[in-house]
Amino acid sequence: MSMLIGDVLLLIGSIFIALGSLGLLRMPDVYNRLQAGTKAATLGTLAILLGVGFHHPDWWAKLLVIAGFVLFTNPVGSSSIARAARIAGIEPVRARHDEHSGP
Amino acid sequence: MVSGLSALQLAAAALVLIPGVGLSMVRLFRGPTTPDRVAAADTLGVITTAGLAGLAAVFDNPIYLDIALVYGTLAFVGTVAIARAIEGNRQ
Repeated sequence: MSMLIGDVLLLIGSIFIALGSLGLLRMPDVYNRLQAGTKAATLGTLAILLGVGFHHPDWWAKLLVIAGFVLFTNPVGSSSIARAARIAGIEPVRARHDEHSGP
Repeated sequence: MVSGLSALQLAAAALVLIPGVGLSMVRLFRGPTTPDRVAAADTLGVITTAGLAGLAAVFDNPIYLDIALVYGTLAFVGTVAIARAIEGNRQ
């Protein structure tokens, strides 16, 4: 049973990482790309680590260290890149307002 | 293969992870600005960390978890260093 839960978590994590990379490719500017890529990849990595923990329960200490590290470094790196892009003068894409959008 | 995962599970996880690597590589090569490329490289580092944790389960060997931790550390340091360099250039 725990093997099945681990497999499902591994698959969910892989799907989230693939979707995050798709957002990294499809989004219109740097800030949206950072948003999509970093958040989805963080969740996918945590799900994969949890799945590996279900397969090998005796590795939980190292997996917990890696999970805490990923949870700490990903937002810091992402905000650092966004700050650098802002200082370097890259303008965010403005939302388009036309007759089909709301007030 | 001395394995905790079966070949079918390994193939399923790899088949879903590899398109993520490919899409990030496309953004890495095509990104119009430097922060785009840095973001793609950062995402590639995270994907590699997750893949190394998966390899630890595949080969049933916890040494890959240490490799994943060290790789994540170095990728983070590289990302922050490149971001600082981009900031410093145009002030």
